[in-house]
Amino acid sequence: MTATTTEPVPVAEAVPTRKSTGRAPGTEGTVMGRTIRYASLLGFLILILIPLYVLVVTSFKTSGEVNARQAWSLPSVWSVGGWKAAWATLAPPLWRSVVLAVSVAALSAMLGSLNGFVFAKWQFKGATLVFTLFLFGMFIPYQAILIPLQGLLIQVQQTPGMSWFDGIWKLIVVHLIYGIPICALIFRNYYATAVPNEILEAAKVDGAGTARTFWSIALPISVPAFVVTMIWQFTSAWNDFLFALFLTNRNNGPVTYALNELAGGQNPDYPSIMAGVLLASLPTLLVYIILGKYFVGGLMSGSVK
Amino acid sequence: MRKSRDKLVGFLFVLPSIILIGVFVYWFIFQNVSTSFDRVVTRATKRELHPGGVANYSQLLGSDDYQHALFNLLVLTVVFVAGTMFFGLLWAILLEKGVTAEGVFRSIYLLPMAISFIAAGVVWRWLLAPGKGDQASGLNQLLAMMGLERFQSSWWQSPNSFSMAAMAIPAIWQLSGYVMALFLAGFRGISDDQREAARIDGASEWKIYRHVLFPQLSPIALSALIIVGHMSMKMFDLIYAIAGQNSYKASVPSTMMWTQLFQQGDATAAAVNATILLVLVALIVIPYLYYTNKTEKEVRG
Amino acid sequence: MRSRTVASAAIAGLVAVALAACGGTTESGGAGDANAPTTALQTKAGGAGGDVGVFTWWAAGSEKQGLDALVKLFREKYPNNKFVNLAVAGGAGSNAKAKLASDLQNNQPPDSFQGHAGAELLDYIDKGQIEPVNDVINALGGDKVFPKDLLDRLTVDGNIYSVPSNIHRANVVWANVEVLKKAGINEVPKDLKAWMADMDKVKASGVDTPLSVAGTWTQVQLFENVLIADLGADGYSGLFDGKTAWDSDGVKTAVADYKKLLGYANTASDGDDWPVATDLVINGKAAYNVMGDWAVAQFNDKGKKQDQDWTWFPTPGTDGVFDFLADSFTLPKGAKNPGGAKDWLMLVGSAEGQKAFNLAKGSIPARTDIPASDFPPYQQAAMKSFKDDTIVSSIAHGAAVSLAWNADISTAISKFYVSKDEAQLVTDLVAAAKKNQA
Repeated sequence: MTATTTEPVPVAEAVPTRKSTGRAPGTEGTVMGRTIRYASLLGFLILILIPLYVLVVTSFKTSGEVNARQAWSLPSVWSVGGWKAAWATLAPPLWRSVVLAVSVAALSAMLGSLNGFVFAKWQFKGATLVFTLFLFGMFIPYQAILIPLQGLLIQVQQTPGMSWFDGIWKLIVVHLIYGIPICALIFRNYYATAVPNEILEAAKVDGAGTARTFWSIALPISVPAFVVTMIWQFTSAWNDFLFALFLTNRNNGPVTYALNELAGGQNPDYPSIMAGVLLASLPTLLVYIILGKYFVGGLMSGSVK
Repeated sequence: MRKSRDKLVGFLFVLPSIILIGVFVYWFIFQNVSTSFDRVVTRATKRELHPGGVANYSQLLGSDDYQHALFNLLVLTVVFVAGTMFFGLLWAILLEKGVTAEGVFRSIYLLPMAISFIAAGVVWRWLLAPGKGDQASGLNQLLAMMGLERFQSSWWQSPNSFSMAAMAIPAIWQLSGYVMALFLAGFRGISDDQREAARIDGASEWKIYRHVLFPQLSPIALSALIIVGHMSMKMFDLIYAIAGQNSYKASVPSTMMWTQLFQQGDATAAAVNATILLVLVALIVIPYLYYTNKTEKEVRG
Repeated sequence: MRSRTVASAAIAGLVAVALAACGGTTESGGAGDANAPTTALQTKAGGAGGDVGVFTWWAAGSEKQGLDALVKLFREKYPNNKFVNLAVAGGAGSNAKAKLASDLQNNQPPDSFQGHAGAELLDYIDKGQIEPVNDVINALGGDKVFPKDLLDRLTVDGNIYSVPSNIHRANVVWANVEVLKKAGINEVPKDLKAWMADMDKVKASGVDTPLSVAGTWTQVQLFENVLIADLGADGYSGLFDGKTAWDSDGVKTAVADYKKLLGYANTASDGDDWPVATDLVINGKAAYNVMGDWAVAQFNDKGKKQDQDWTWFPTPGTDGVFDFLADSFTLPKGAKNPGGAKDWLMLVGSAEGQKAFNLAKGSIPARTDIPASDFPPYQQAAMKSFKDDTIVSSIAHGAAVSLAWNADISTAISKFYVSKDEAQLVTDLVAAAKKNQA
């Protein structure tokens, strides 16, 4: 499949075989150079982990033990009280966030592959202009559109028979819409290199319409772009706070909303807040740890022209 | 004939997205811009809050508070972009040749990006606590424990006018990994043959980077620059979570918009602010989109 | 508790409230005299029915406990209604106000929302977003049960737009007994000067930061305390009706005093909420904190005892003045369930509701007919002082100034915290007044 690729940057190939250099890792350069490299890699690793250390350590302390003097030390008694309290508050919204992020990821990717393919290989008159207008939509400051947005969604909700359209449903729609540009971009760039024009031409000679070409040739090799898009949309839907604040409430909102509530109380209980931060971040952290290699490989097709 | 009908099908596939973007982006922007030109007079006392028209813009642009916010934004953006580019590229260079446990390093470098600004803000508010000496907590306390008291800082609340640079620290923490991933993907996209060829020609490692690898990465660098730069201009959650909503020290247009809209109930000022921000973003993004379109055509042509 | 719902099956909602109130809470004191005023208010026994969405920023701590106490009573009194909690947490109420502003702008109001009584409600009144609730206030007993001073502050053009639920005092200094003892301080300072002299003693005893502050709004509150001390109650109140100029000598003195006070304070972070500052007193890292009397809950939470661990006094220079703020509930225009909303307002204003709520929240009732003996010592003192003292309105908590004015003052104070530029602060305050004064 990849053998037919003639482009100078074989993205689809680069993804599954990440270490295509053939060298054993870590054998490059002098001993001195290697030492410096590993030392600096480790140093940066520690720097990056500092905030995470604070989170983990604090989450296992008792509320009594949290004060500045012992903030950096390990808990004298490891307590799961904070975690229990955080779980009690966050479990329902966590579940709602899962529904939100998974649906947004799946729907966005499907829509994105369609749009991306049209923009890459199936251009109608004015497609470039439309695409550019799409891209500009990625960059707007969302506060500017919050009030009309909320108004419109409420109108929809108040149409007879639409009263179920609230909370997570609204967020799914909003993330789907504001995700259109980035998803179209990722897929467009992916298809631009992964599906050579020759294949399209050949398909056309065979009498296949472009729609069928998309379905039977482009889609089957789109896995990397799907993964990248889904990671991206999953993360942005999961992590969003601004839309959640405006379109949902404590009874139907996602986990960022609930986390803010947990952290913003007037009498902060740091162990449960920090445990809550970790709980609310675990799913996206897992996605990055497990699928991170796709992310790196796939970015090539996404944000790079 | 058949070809044009085929094209029409393609257009119909995209049509729903066009309508959605049309309404949710451009119609709303239009509403916002038209609000920004409103003349506003208070109901009770008939004082003129906004003269209306373009004067609304000179009113906001002329205010000290807005200029302060714009300056903060400039400082934040420069440091944030430079920081992420520096660390992103450095880490990518350290990793690109393949090291033992590369996956571990890469995953952890990328990890902060998986955490929401609102969650990260909770930790960073504490880490960047301004107290020094006896009152030190967070990073200042860590510095003291390491015997580095003289590096203690009030961070984003330092009395100098460049204090906003400290607000870029958590942002750099979150997004350097992303830039690293971009560059790493770029390095991986360059075939080994090119390096080998240069090596055979007797080029030093530095020269290989300088003349063979970096030039091929410049489109990536540009993308990274635009992505990180526009994130900086819109940054809201993080500043809001760390500094609260009324912090003068940490005010940037996007947090100021929040205050205008919801605390001062001044939708017009907020709309003016949003439009200015939009124009600023457009000034950067439109040339970029133009440039990429053009280079793409050249490549294809 | 549940069996008492039977008692609420009375002829009218009002009577139901009164009866249930007499039915007794677990307290022995027996709250709530059954006032039976004549009224035009039409209510239905057991409630109007349907969902009643109530919007507050009481989502955690003692505030949540207070709200929970009210909700429990509401369920008992009005079993027909379903209470929907629309509380929005975070940002000391600012998240909530933002959400509320956009909900109102989109004609999607809750059935009732919390607002600081006083000037803060002017914005909503000016935009025509809330309805008068004169009938509810009258049904509750009007000025027979609410202080006239308070009702005057709630009245705009002859109409009352909210039902007050509780009163807080904002000019209180909370102090760590042990720290004071160590510094050899055993008298309450009479004025700001004496207080700062005491702070020097505290400093000499080894506590670097005698005074504690937190984020911006706590600084605004400290500043307003200094304004009251230096201008006096009348001069202070004149700031809001134009009788006192914001660049008068009194204000300039206050700005200078405020700057000196900040010199004794810890380095605060703009985003910190008040418990951070109160905790410094609790931990003995600071001697004093100027805070509203919701701080009592924080001391209780940490297991600290009044007089033994902590003590309080009115901010020096403001003795005899009660710097007041009140929470209240409104009836938004276009509420989906106005009948249910009025049931809620009747409960909030009832003697029983106020007692249950304020015991849990740590504030004092807005009503004057609730026996002080049912409350802990600090609240008893506050109730007495509310009756006897001159009442002034708080800036930081929306009693004295509109939301927009408050936001401008906050920005000025936040700016000053770093710059310490006195002239600039006065200029900013004058500009804020000019922009916002009605």
